[in-house]
Amino acid sequence: PRRTCRRAHSPGAAPAMNCRAEVLEVSVEGRQVEEAMLAVLHTVLLHRSTGKFHYKKEGTYSIGTVGTQDVDCDFIDFAYVRVSSEELDRALRKAVGEFKDALRNSGSDGMGQISLEFYQKKKSRWPFSDECIPWELWTIKVNVVNLANEQERQICREKVGEKLCEKIINIVEVMNRHEYLPKMPTQSEVDNVFDTSLKDVQPYLYKISYQITDSLGTSVTTTMRRLIKDTLAL
Amino acid sequence: MDTDLSSQDRKDLDKFIKFFALKTVQVIVQARLGEKICTRSSSSPTGSDWFNLAIKDIPEVTHEAKKALAGQLPAVGRSMCVEISLKTSEGDSMELEIWCLEMNEKCDKEIKVSYTVYNRLSLLLKSLLAITRVTPAYRLSRKQGHEYVILYRIYFGEVQLSGLGEGFQTVRVGTVGTPVGTITLSCAYRINLAFMSTRQFERTPPIMGIIIDHFVDRPYPSSSPMHPCNYRAGEDNGAVYPSVEDSQEVCTTSFSTSPPSQLSSSRLSYQPAALGVGSADMGYPILFAGGLNAAHPHQLIGPGKEGGVPPIPSQPAHGTQADQERICTPLDGVHYSAATPSSSEDTETVSNSSEGKCGSPHDLLETIFIRKVGAFVNKPINQVTMANLDIPFAMFAPKNVELEDNDPMGSLHSEGSSGSSTGNTHDDFVMIDFKPAFSKDDILPMDLGTFYREFQNPPQLSSLSIDIGAQSMAEDLDSLPEKLAVHEKNVKEFDAFVETLQ
Repeated sequence: PRRTCRRAHSPGAAPAMNCRAEVLEVSVEGRQVEEAMLAVLHTVLLHRSTGKFHYKKEGTYSIGTVGTQDVDCDFIDFAYVRVSSEELDRALRKAVGEFKDALRNSGSDGMGQISLEFYQKKKSRWPFSDECIPWELWTIKVNVVNLANEQERQICREKVGEKLCEKIINIVEVMNRHEYLPKMPTQSEVDNVFDTSLKDVQPYLYKISYQITDSLGTSVTTTMRRLIKDTLAL
Repeated sequence: MDTDLSSQDRKDLDKFIKFFALKTVQVIVQARLGEKICTRSSSSPTGSDWFNLAIKDIPEVTHEAKKALAGQLPAVGRSMCVEISLKTSEGDSMELEIWCLEMNEKCDKEIKVSYTVYNRLSLLLKSLLAITRVTPAYRLSRKQGHEYVILYRIYFGEVQLSGLGEGFQTVRVGTVGTPVGTITLSCAYRINLAFMSTRQFERTPPIMGIIIDHFVDRPYPSSSPMHPCNYRAGEDNGAVYPSVEDSQEVCTTSFSTSPPSQLSSSRLSYQPAALGVGSADMGYPILFAGGLNAAHPHQLIGPGKEGGVPPIPSQPAHGTQADQERICTPLDGVHYSAATPSSSEDTETVSNSSEGKCGSPHDLLETIFIRKVGAFVNKPINQVTMANLDIPFAMFAPKNVELEDNDPMGSLHSEGSSGSSTGNTHDDFVMIDFKPAFSKDDILPMDLGTFYREFQNPPQLSSLSIDIGAQSMAEDLDSLPEKLAVHEKNVKEFDAFVETLQ
């Protein structure tokens, strides 16, 4: 069972000093939202997942093997690689599905963003709950466009495919910087760094959240509300 | 010298770099096989998965890579390069990408070899997996088939980018600093896929993206031969494809910008795969010629049961492991030998060890890779080229493209003798003078094409046009009685005439 932790920062606020934040923007058609989001999220998680740790005596551990598989998109001329883990895929699909539904229900504006945050848990003494310290935040801003005819849709397929190629290259560039990564934990600390609930792979602890922007800019209000709530919470 | 690096660390580092190079080649080649790759995650370490990633080892590829490396490691000025090129059924070929694994002098003495370097190499391999799907050649390779195949070539030494044409782009996959230098992995890829010829001698520019062979100036004629990225015999899933697509293509273009003479070019031409161009327009089925038995990269590796696992970080990866070879046994029995992170990895015995123990070596049944470049299943080459020229006695027509021989390096092409190009109306279309056989200028001083065009739309018959018809109808009716009277007068003459006929 997941331990809840109080957020050190809400997604809308400025990240912590050593939390790097990356923002990607895409314009897609409604039916492309899911695949585009999954492509980006899976690419990030491919780089942020390891095999399962198996601790042995004397503090050593062995690491399991991460398999990969190709995914072809149906609505975009694009293919990407994801970790071979059905559980992980399901979790991402669930989050992206919710985001897509929220986008659809929000009205005709069709703008929103989905965030993937990697965090570490820091134990606090009683009565304070554990702190979640983000160390990497990926935000994907989505703008949903409506297209008039089949020809435009075909062009959109190709264009979005090209754009996603660029995004993948951007992601890889960030990953290549070899900036801060949490230290490899000891056995007792592993749950503070990694999500050990999956049976075949072990991503860093992450959470996905999203915001829908409507024309009135309600998201601003949501952020303020959350900031206040967080500050008051213990 | 690296006095700071312990000998054990140095050995480890060399081993990491060597296997990283081998795995890099595997990832690149497998990404160009034209099939979706799928490997399974395994929570229990198998001991044979370098960098904790499930990357299959295709034996032929490993063999080629080892041959190219010849016991050396990438170092400054000595890079390992994987060249990906495309070869059409007619023998034209073109370099698409060069993947380079280089080493530069920038050392990071502080870094921990057995831990940080290893993990970063693993990350770099993941990045490579992602980037290999993003360059234009990926989509081309997924559609390889009757018309073209994707080939790879591994060489070691200086990077040669001249075959990529002008304006090629580079994408960096990543770097990993080590105490002996910084490993860099990058890809230079061609973006000009319209196959504009840059040959020094005169030849007919291609239409609709026929590849021009450019092996005349091949820098390494004697170096490693090209290898096809896949083989699948008897696969017929695209047999209908080229004719349908191409005839449609031909039909739509022949009347708009190019003279019908353009029809004479190869029926197997296809549109260039520019970045992101719609796949609906590209008509290439999937066929795999030559080479590997697909190595069925989409098959899954059965998870190994046992560890013999390199514990990290306290011990180096290979440690003092048993000399057991481990293989990953795909479920259907095609065997690969995996280079394992044990000390004796240089021997490539293949054994069945789904349980993690050494069994008796199996024959590599399906993995005896027969390279059959040019073994395009459905049509022999000659037949194809001849049938494409839609004119009578095509034999005598000037050829734009020479027939290929089964030269894996690609045949050289003679320059088109069908006349000079009269200028480009469009990048992909060129006006050429078409001189079909038996078309002499006896009656009209024009060629068949012009003739055809001119007389394609003759004016309508006057009697068929409505206005005149209407008028004459009225007149006819009016003049009928007169005509009848005249005829009646001449009845005797008509009768006499009829008599003569009998």
